[in-house]
Parts: sequence; structure tokens; C-alpha cells
Amino acid sequence: MQMIRCPWCGPREEVEFHYGGQAHVPYPAEPAALSDEEWAHYVFFRDNTRGAFAERWSHSAGCRRWFNALRDTVSYRFLAVYRPGDPRPVLDQTPTAGASS
Amino acid sequence: MSAPFRTASGGRVERSVPVSFTFGGTSYEGLRGDTLASALLAHGVHQVTTSIKLGRPRGVGAAWAEDPSSLVQVEEPFPDPMQLATTTEVFDGLVAHGVPGQGRLADIGDSARYDSRHLHVDLLVVGAGPAGVQAALTAARSGARVALVDEQSEPGGSLLGTTDLVDGRPALEWVGDAAAELAAAPEVVHLQRTTVFGVYDDGFALAVERRTDHLGGAAPREVSRQRVWRIRARRTVVATGAHERPVVFTDNDRPGTMLAGSARTFLHRYGVLAGTRAVVLTTNDSAYRAAVELADAGVEVAAVVDTRPQVPAHWAAECAGRGIEVRSGSAVVGTRGTDRVTHARVAARDGGAVDDVACDLLLVSGGWNPAVHLYSQARGKLAFDTSLGAFLPTGRLDDLLVAGAAAGAQELATCLRQGGAASATALVELGLDVVPVPVPSTPAAPPVTAPDLVWTVPDVDGDTSRQFVDLQRDATVADVQRALGAGLRSPEHVKRYTTIGTAHDQGKTSGVVTSGIIAELLGGGPDDVGTTTFRPPYTPVAFATLAGRDRGQLFDPVRTTALHDWHVRAGAVWEDVGQWKRPRYYPLAGEDVETAVLRECAAARTGVGILDGSTLGKIDVQGPDAGELLDRLYTNLMSSLAVGKVRYGVMCGADGMVIDDGTVLRVAEDRFLVMTTTGGAAKVLDWMEEWHQTEWPELGVHLASVTEQWSAFPVVGPRSRDVIQAVFGPSGVDAANEAFGFMTWQDTVLDGAPVRLARISFSGELAWEVHVSSWHAVAVWERLVEAGRPYGITPYGTETMHVLRAEKGYPIIGQDTDGTVTPQDLGMAWVVSKKKPDFVGKRSFARADNLREDRKQLVGLLPVDRTTVLPEGSQVVELAESGELPPPPVPMLGHVTSSYRSAHLERPFALALVKGGRARAGQLVHVPVKGRLVAVEVTGPVLVDPEGARRDG
Amino acid sequence: MADAAPSTTPSTGPSSSGLLPRTHPLDVRPDLTEQTAGAVVAKPLTTAVQVRAELPGPAADAAARVLGVALPARPGTWVATPAGGRVVWLGPDEWLVLDPTTTPWDLEPRLREALAPAGGAAVDVSAQRVVLELSGPLARDLLAAGCAVDTHPSVFPAGRAAQTLLAQAGVVLLALSDDGRHYELLVRSSFARYLADWLVDAATEHRARRA
Repeated sequence: MQMIRCPWCGPREEVEFHYGGQAHVPYPAEPAALSDEEWAHYVFFRDNTRGAFAERWSHSAGCRRWFNALRDTVSYRFLAVYRPGDPRPVLDQTPTAGASS
Repeated sequence: MSAPFRTASGGRVERSVPVSFTFGGTSYEGLRGDTLASALLAHGVHQVTTSIKLGRPRGVGAAWAEDPSSLVQVEEPFPDPMQLATTTEVFDGLVAHGVPGQGRLADIGDSARYDSRHLHVDLLVVGAGPAGVQAALTAARSGARVALVDEQSEPGGSLLGTTDLVDGRPALEWVGDAAAELAAAPEVVHLQRTTVFGVYDDGFALAVERRTDHLGGAAPREVSRQRVWRIRARRTVVATGAHERPVVFTDNDRPGTMLAGSARTFLHRYGVLAGTRAVVLTTNDSAYRAAVELADAGVEVAAVVDTRPQVPAHWAAECAGRGIEVRSGSAVVGTRGTDRVTHARVAARDGGAVDDVACDLLLVSGGWNPAVHLYSQARGKLAFDTSLGAFLPTGRLDDLLVAGAAAGAQELATCLRQGGAASATALVELGLDVVPVPVPSTPAAPPVTAPDLVWTVPDVDGDTSRQFVDLQRDATVADVQRALGAGLRSPEHVKRYTTIGTAHDQGKTSGVVTSGIIAELLGGGPDDVGTTTFRPPYTPVAFATLAGRDRGQLFDPVRTTALHDWHVRAGAVWEDVGQWKRPRYYPLAGEDVETAVLRECAAARTGVGILDGSTLGKIDVQGPDAGELLDRLYTNLMSSLAVGKVRYGVMCGADGMVIDDGTVLRVAEDRFLVMTTTGGAAKVLDWMEEWHQTEWPELGVHLASVTEQWSAFPVVGPRSRDVIQAVFGPSGVDAANEAFGFMTWQDTVLDGAPVRLARISFSGELAWEVHVSSWHAVAVWERLVEAGRPYGITPYGTETMHVLRAEKGYPIIGQDTDGTVTPQDLGMAWVVSKKKPDFVGKRSFARADNLREDRKQLVGLLPVDRTTVLPEGSQVVELAESGELPPPPVPMLGHVTSSYRSAHLERPFALALVKGGRARAGQLVHVPVKGRLVAVEVTGPVLVDPEGARRDG
Repeated sequence: MADAAPSTTPSTGPSSSGLLPRTHPLDVRPDLTEQTAGAVVAKPLTTAVQVRAELPGPAADAAARVLGVALPARPGTWVATPAGGRVVWLGPDEWLVLDPTTTPWDLEPRLREALAPAGGAAVDVSAQRVVLELSGPLARDLLAAGCAVDTHPSVFPAGRAAQTLLAQAGVVLLALSDDGRHYELLVRSSFARYLADWLVDAATEHRARRA
């Protein structure tokens, strides 16, 4: 049971949160102007990153606020959380030593 | 029955408290404080069971959870399979017997209680041996919040099985004083009989406390039998000690064969002599203590067989003083006996004659494995230490430290020092002021001579098929050889090929030995092979314990509406809708479901019915951009809705598939009330919040769930106007069509309570939804029922609601749809705005796949025989020209999504998703029902009142 | 006994503003307090309004004027109102106003009229939740039986609040004292019976010990 740090409520158990997929995938400004393929990429395609991955979380059983997190997909560790609209934080170190296998 | 192997005095058992128990059909007397194993050994009973595959006799191999062989089934007080005799405490009335591998679950419900507790601490100390006690004392005196958790019935750990002195007095007196001090500290939780079985992320540990198991039938029923502790620790000190390791030799599974240290435990803790004449096989110094202490207690020690060429001088002298023969450079190559060892077969390691030494107890020590399980579960790395002959933690983790024997410490003084130091380190990191606890004094230990690394002793004939590595699995060196012969190299693969380490004990004695054997056979050292992964649980945990109180009535929350008790009194039969309890129908005396539903449907179509629709999701949407947000999320236009009006809407995902539907009331210029399906309530609010918060935070709009705030009752049927007029007319409501049009709402006040009425119909009939604060739900409902009495008002349930809406072709999202259905597939192109430039899902409607002519579309089905109610989920198929089913695989056209008997149509009907269904109107297709083909006619989905003439009454 | 909570029973009967009777979801659990060894009391039905406002901002100021107290800015806290109620932080722009009155249809429009022009919102949610009071020496143990939030007074003293889970129900937990012996628990009305039953079950050992 991981602890996830809600940017407002602080650390809570992971069961209080819902996962929301990759962050920074904006709704296209003009969907009608996109080709079927471009639209399909927005709807169906997401990155499958090894290492630090920016993703959305909602503190659904708490303050109901969405926020973003950088999480290491190898170790599952949360590296940073930040509020929507804030830029993706730059990490001063590479994610989890010992996470490689 | 006397216990001939019980010592005259000593031990931790209560000699004045005898307990009677039955094992294998024989009654015995034990003492309080005994385990089943110690009590049996006190009677000279060594064989406990037979083995799972080979049926070989098996006895007591160790004194605690590492024992791989003494598997028993408890029958009384309650059947409990696969327990160890070595960890089962005896009590009056215990009935148990040995089991070959598998036990038997109870065939009656377990009436014991199980529960759990959350616990937050600065420091979790696992293990109340010398290191753990010193760690806990240090943290307690420093004012930290502490949990000291230990699996035995009393603290002390390894000290329970020794004669060690601490501060010049018996070590357990020191432990007792420490326990008393901890008990008095306000922020310390000290748990015995509690096993930390898993360590997880962020300082989370799970432990199971066996609260009443040792009380047997005398356990108070109200006290939970076992409790799961969910511990969140900022730092953890693992002080779990070490397990002694066996040496593998031929016939090493014969009862009477036991780990050397365990014999000390049986002697010192339980006052039990494990035999009369012992042979000790050892690779290291530790077993000499067992030899010497057992000899002092009266056991004849026939020989100490040391695999090392040189015998440590100190121990040579100790043995000589007691007349114990020491055979250096030798090993036990086998045993003799049937259900109990009678001889140890001893030979020099460099060959030579085999000497059969008579004995009834064969003690073995192949060295010690630090109990690194929890450290390893927390992803700590291990390395093989050749000088100790053991896998050790390579360091510490961010929030977890290892101390004492679990970290490889061999001497009591080192354990005490490490425990205090690890605790102090953790406390400093947490910013606490450490109050150091002086390390108590211990007598000087004899010098330690390097151990020998011996995994197996070769069989004299080279036969490895009776050299047992994992006794529980009857897996032998031969099995390991076969695995390697098959090309497997990793211990993980060997484990799965041989099943070594997969049984009840999860390889506590066999795991590292297997790594050693693999290394030996392949060349190289254990470090090259490594260990298998240590996974929770450390020891088995019953599912009932994990389920805790989430069973029976509390298994899943039951959500109730404000009218629940009214429904109960009205004799409702329930339907579970998500977590809600909803009345499915209200049978009158003698009615079955079919009759009741036909009656309820008829009432709604010809008189008046009333439904508790309070479970519908309700969302308050406020703000200047409320309409804009709804426009972006609904397929149709909501911002154009006038205040006082109601509109039906559909929501789609970005993929264009329908996710929910419902009505929307415009309450004010800047305020809407969104109604969702019962199942979609939370999902839709989340969906709206997600778009608002993450995509369009600039919109001035606020969302709030008001699902429980508002109760909602559809009053349905041609006579509904009379009822509404009767109840709300006095408050000024005019229910006439001209004054109260379809899809409009009006507010009123009933005896001081605000009520909202909305002309919404989910049945096609003249209908109102009555919305009222749930505070007043019962009162308003009862008024409606009272006022409806002259018109035969009939409460109806979800079944009737389904029939009524299906007759009108209204889909239920999630029943008639499955996440692959567009509004167009539902025949609801009319609900998709052409005007709006965009909304969520719109772009997907133009994808090629969503424009296919042969998409599955919602249609009505009428069984031609006018009698068959098609089972929901049935497949729809098309017959070949021949009138037969086409050859398999038969192409499926779709499936039945809803199916009912219609009172109004006087025949059964169904809704179905059928490929190109709308173009098939009027055609016959077939539905296989219980082995026969039912012909059905495809129709449009609206079967009752397609002109919509009934909605105005 | 000194630790026992006030022995209020759920309020049923005519509302103060009219004749229409009100029903408390826990009317059917009249022995809740007894069955929880004195630890749990169902509070009478009173007003609750959910308030939305940007903080700081004009809507928050307007709310403060109506309520007589500033909306608490610190996550996970609550403050008392001069009217004897509370304002509970629910989110960075969301609060729950608990008011001892029984006519929410008065307070909601007052707040909405003040807040809406400034970009805020107010919604009557009086019937959305039920309030349970937990008090006495068992309070923390009952919470620890199903709530993962640390309620130790050193980290959860009076004035703290948490939206979290108790058993399988979402709750708002308020600390009312600094000694770990007094809390309020807000639970969705539809979950109230589940939670009451769960609390009664959680108190089984305490009840037996008392008997």
C-alpha cells in the first residue's frame, strides 16, 4: 500500500486515489481539423515510458482534486507531485538507483 | 498419562497448569505454555505425520515456524488445516492429528471474529529478541511512538531457548523488566503472538495477531480470534533472528532428526528432552552448546560429528569433560530406523567405514540463515558471506534497518549493541532526541571457529533419492539434479521445477540449501546462484483473517434510500443495484415475480404507480459557464435550455461511445441539476470534474453531488395528474397540461418543505418526478400514496420500471450498451447536436468504423410464438437459406440486451443489439434458447405508443 | 460516566419551519449509543451547505461576511462559526458549512446570493450527509479499526479535518478536542446505516467488556 502525496491533503493511502493516465495530453484545439489517424492518436495512444512518467491522479476519496505526478514506472515510486497547470518538474537526479534490472 | 521426557524443573511452561488434549486419537496431558510439539515430545512421541508423496514418517524438525515437517490438522475447537505442531499452543480440549501435506477446511461457517487495526508509529521493531528489545527500549525512552511485534507467546526470541545471562542474571529477567517498562510507556504498542508477515511500500507492514488461538474453546466469543495490524512506520528495525539450517544426507527425514538449536529450545523453554541418546552433526560451533547442555540435562550424547577437520579447542574441552566423543572431519551419511531414528550412520568425510551409532535423537546444524525475509521483501539486496556461510543484507534501506542475528550477528553482545544502535540511527533520522540505553553486560563468549560450508553429505552408494531438501514437498537432491539436467540454472526455475520452497514453510529451511546444492552441482559459490525472491506472507495467513469484518452483512456497504423502511414494510423484494438496495417488486400475497410485475406494469399504464427513484445520481452545476460545460460534455445543446425546462441528454466518451444518460433541469440562469443513472452517479461527477479541472479550469462552474440530498419519486400513469393535483394543488400547483407542460418543472412548498415537481417520463406515460429533500422523503411519499389510494396507486420496483422503459425503447446505459455503442447505434441521432462545433465524442462519430452500415444497432425483438421470454444475453443468429443453422462457427448477429413480458402488449418482447438491425425491421431472425431456435421478428425499439400520445395523459 | 457523549437521539418529528415530518436515516438504530458502549451518537439533522469560492477572492470574502468567520485556507482543517457551526475545508476552493439551524432553505440562498455574483457557489447538502459524534476512550480505537488516517492528537488535534475512508465508506472526520477523545464523523446518508452497523460491530469487544 503506497502512500501518495496529495498536493493539498498530504500523504494518503493509495486506495483514496484514482489513476487518470498520462498527463499533458491536451484535448485538441480543433478536433474536426484532425485526420482520423491524428484523432485516434489522441483518443487511443499513450506513451509507455520506462522511468519517470508524468501522469494524472485524482484524490477521489479525499478532496476530489486532480493533480499530476511524476512516477518511476520501474520502481513505482512517486518522484514528484504537482498541481494541474504547473509545468512538469525537472528532477535534479535520475530516478531510483537500483531500479534497473 | 505421565510425560517421561519432561525435565524435573525449569522451562517456561506452567507446571502447575496441566492441559488435556488429543492427538491422533490418543489423549495426552501437556502443560500450559507447551506447543503441541513440545507436549508430544514430552511423551516421547516423535512421529507426527507422514509425508505428502512418499508416505514416509515425519516428526518434529524444529521448534518454531521454520519446521518443515510437523504438519497437523486441528479438529477441535474448530477445524483448522495445515498448522504446525511447533507453533500450535496446547489448551484443554485441543483435538488434532497429523496430516500428510494437506488438511481439511471446515464444512461449517466460521463463527469466530476477525478484525484489523491501523497503527502509526515512528519505529516498528520486528522481533522481541535481544536486538529487538534493546531497539524498542531505546525508542521508548526517547519518547518515540513504537511498536514491538513478536510472533512467540512471550518476548525473548532466541533467549527463550538458552541459559544466557544479561547483566549478570537470567536473560529472561532482563527481558521481563524491559517488557514491563514498555507496557508502562504510553506510546508503545507491544504485541506478542503477532507475526509481521509482510513489509510493503512506504513503511507499511502487515502483521497478524493470534489473540485467542491459545485459549481454545475458552476464548471469549466477542474477542476477535485474529487481528490484522496495518502498521505504517516511519522506520522499521528488523530484528527477526536467524533460522538454523539443516545438512542434507540420506534418510535425513526420519523422526528424531532435529535442528540442534531447536533441541535446546525444547529443553530450556519447554523442559522437554527430545531423546535419551543423541548424535550431533555439525558444521559449526553452535551445536556444541546443544550437545553440552543436553548432556548436562541427562541426555546421553553418543557423539558430536563435526565436518571440520579441526575441533574448536574450547568445545573439545567441554565435551571431553562430559565424556562426549567428538569425531572431527566426519559426517552423518544416513540414518536407520523405521518410524524413529535408531542409528546415525557416521563416516569420515574422506571415506572409510560407516559406523552405525545407536541413538534416538539426531541433532543437525548446518549453520544459520539470518531471517532476512522482511528486508528482502522490501527489496533489500542480499550477498553471500563466505566466512559466516550465509546470505546477509548488504546494508540498510531508506526506512528499514536490520539488527542482530538477522544481520548476521552471532553473539548476544553484538545483537544487543546492534539493536540499540539501529534504533538510535532511525530516531536521529526522524529528528528525535535519542536517550541512549546502555548495552547490558553479557559474559564473554568462547572464541568462534570458522564454520564449514556443507550442503549435502554424499550417499555412500551415490543414491540421492532419499536425501531430502524440502521435506514438505518430498523433494530431494535427485530432484535438484533432474532440474539442472533439464537445463535449469536459476534457483527460481529450480524451485518451480522441483516445487522446493513452495509449501507451507515457503522454504525457510530448504531455500538457501537449494542454492548451495545448485552451486555445488554447477560449480561456483552460492553468491553466483543467489536465492529465490522472498515474498509475503512470511508464514501462512488464513483468508478469514484477511477478510476481517468485511463479511456477511458488512461484506460490501449496503446503501439505502430514505424510504428503505417503507419498502421493507411494503414487503419489497430487493435488487442490488451497485451497492444500493432497490425494491425490485412488491409481491402481494401469493404473487410470484411475473404476476407482481404484470400487475405493477398494468397499474402504471392504466392507473397510477409510484417508484422510489432516489438512487438516481444528482449533480448540482452552478456558475456562469455551467451551460458551456454541459454543452461540451453532452451530445446535445444544454445552454439553450430555458429556466424551468427539462432536457434529456446523452454523454459520450472521447471515443464516441455512450457512457451515461439522464435528464437535465435548468434551475436558474447559472444553475442546472444533472440527473444521472444510478450506477453512473459517481462516474459522471468524476468525469465532469476531470474535464473541468484538467482541461477547462477557466470555466466558471462548480459541481456538487446532491444524490442523497434529493429523494426522487416518479409518479406514473394516466391518473398521476390526479395524485399530483391532490397533494400539491393546495400549495398552488396546477397540474393541467396547459399549466404544467411536458419536460418542465415547478417548485412548490409543502407544509414548509420545498418540493420540486418535474414532468419527466421514463415510461411514456403521463408522469411527474417529485424531488424533495431526503429529510422529508418519507412524509411526501406517504402523502402521495395516501392521495393515490382512490386511484389504486401502486408502488412499483425496478423490474416494472425496466419493462415500462423497454416497451418505449428507452435504453439502460450499461445494460443495453456495453461501451461500444454510439448514440446513433441506439437510434438516437436526434440527441446529437449538429449545431455545436464540438463536444466530447463528436469527432469520433466521423471515424470510419463508427459509420459502418453493419454496426450493431438497438432494435426490438418480438418472439413469433408470443410466449418465449428470451434470456438476456442470448445470441441472435440468422438461418441459412435451407432454414438450418449455418455450419459452425455460426455467425452471431448480436445479442439480447433486455427481455420482458409485457402486460400492455400481452406478449414477451426484447431489446437487442443486432448488426445492421434497423435495416432488418420486419425480418425474421432466430435466437437459440435451450437447444431450440426461437423465431423473432425484428422491429423498431419503440413498441408501446410510438406516437407519444400517452405522455400528456 | 464522564466520557460518555451527550445522549442526544436522532431528531425526528416536525421541522421547526412547518408541519412536514422529517426522518433521520438512523431513526431505526435507536440503540446506537448503547451498542457502541457509549462511543457513538447520531446527531440531529441540521443545516449543511457546500460553498465554493476562490481563496483569496471576493467570493471568499462574501462567504466570510455571511458566516462571520473566514473560510479556512489550510487544507484539512475546520473553524467554528459565531453561530455555533463549523466551516470545514473540503478542497482548495470548497468548504462545507455546518450550521445548527434546521432550515437550510434559508442559508443556501443567503450564501448563494452573496457568492454567485463573485464567482462562487452554494448548495444545500443538509440531507446529503449524517453526522455522528464519537467520544470517550473508545473513539480512537473505533476509528483505528477502519481508518488509515493517523488520529494521534499530536498530528490530528482539535481543528483538523480529513476526508478519507472509514471501513468502506467515505467520511469527513473532524477532531473536536486535543486529547483524542472527541470527533465528528460525516457520512453520506445512504451509507449511514452501513457505517452505524459497522461501528456497532467494531464495538463488540468494548460492549462485552462493559457488560
